[in-house]
Amino acid sequence: MEQVYGLVALACGLIIGLGAIGACIGIALMGGKYLEASARQPELMNALQVKMFLLAGLIDAAFIIGTGIALWFATSTFLK
Amino acid sequence: MAAEHDVAQHTVTAGEYIAHHLTFLNGTGAAQKNLVDFGLINYDTVFWVVFLAVLGGFVLWLAARRASSGVPGRFQAAVELLVEMVGDQAKGLIHSAESRKFVAPLGLTIFVWVFLMNAMDFLPLDLIPRIWEGLYAGMGHDPHHAYMRVVPTADINATMGMSVTVLLICLYYNAKIKGIGGWAHELVSAPFGTSKNPILAVVLGLVNFAMQLIEFAAKTISHGMRLFGNMFAGELIFMLIALMGAAWTGANLPSILLFFGHFVAGFAWAVFHILVVVLQAFIFMMLTLVYVGQAHESH
Repeated sequence: MEQVYGLVALACGLIIGLGAIGACIGIALMGGKYLEASARQPELMNALQVKMFLLAGLIDAAFIIGTGIALWFATSTFLK
Repeated sequence: MAAEHDVAQHTVTAGEYIAHHLTFLNGTGAAQKNLVDFGLINYDTVFWVVFLAVLGGFVLWLAARRASSGVPGRFQAAVELLVEMVGDQAKGLIHSAESRKFVAPLGLTIFVWVFLMNAMDFLPLDLIPRIWEGLYAGMGHDPHHAYMRVVPTADINATMGMSVTVLLICLYYNAKIKGIGGWAHELVSAPFGTSKNPILAVVLGLVNFAMQLIEFAAKTISHGMRLFGNMFAGELIFMLIALMGAAWTGANLPSILLFFGHFVAGFAWAVFHILVVVLQAFIFMMLTLVYVGQAHESH
């Protein structure tokens, strides 16, 4: 049983960690482009900001779904 | 392993504390076994969902009833800003004025409703469960089985129910705008197109149809799971932060440090959560509009 606990802990760490790498790179690329774009054309800032937040949610989705599943695994394994 | 630590009031372990807070009031006292289980009803989710819908509806109704065409008060101005914001987004994404009559109010309802459901996370974690515990004991039941989860969007049944409803609305608009024949044609000819060669046309039709099914399923599942994942993770982190404060054993150094950590982490997470709550409600509304808008576009 101890081995199962260890493997679940490792799996949850991998799910969250690898997902976080992807989400962070995605958000960083998009945030950088947003700043560049709004420095070039400040009048577009508001229109772009709405789209940026929408995309931030979309980029985060896979990571957050992964985190939710990992936390669900963790709670259902460790809290028996 | 966290469950082995004995914190929180001598008798309740950390694991028991979290498990208790993650159990729904569904009459059985056990967790849901399958993802889809129509035999169980989470009464706490149903209660808060209906309560918040009535509350949100009442506040907006109050604003509409008191609305004046003269100089608006603060309350009216705030509601007007909200309605205008949703109306603008709907105008940008859905080009049929007739559909907007239904879809723009739908977007407003979703935004206000999801925001209120998410905002239940801001209430102190133990406030409503403790009140419920008292009521439950007062009704002559065992207070240890007084389960209550106050954030309805941290229940996968609620979020998936909403996203499946959005799917049904999309299917309805697909059939309405394109006609059954036009939609059936699109199902087998988009995204890869079709061919003059009959054998190739059948193969492409099957591939296109499979792609369309995958698209609908992926949209619906990610729509509901995104909201659930955000709110469930947020709620669980609030519980873990609460456990730091619950580890108080007296005026010794670890207890004081943990109490301090509890305060700082709780503050930081609550501030960050304000962003998450509004953002997730906004994204849920925007994606609903985007999906309904896609149902209007023909390939």
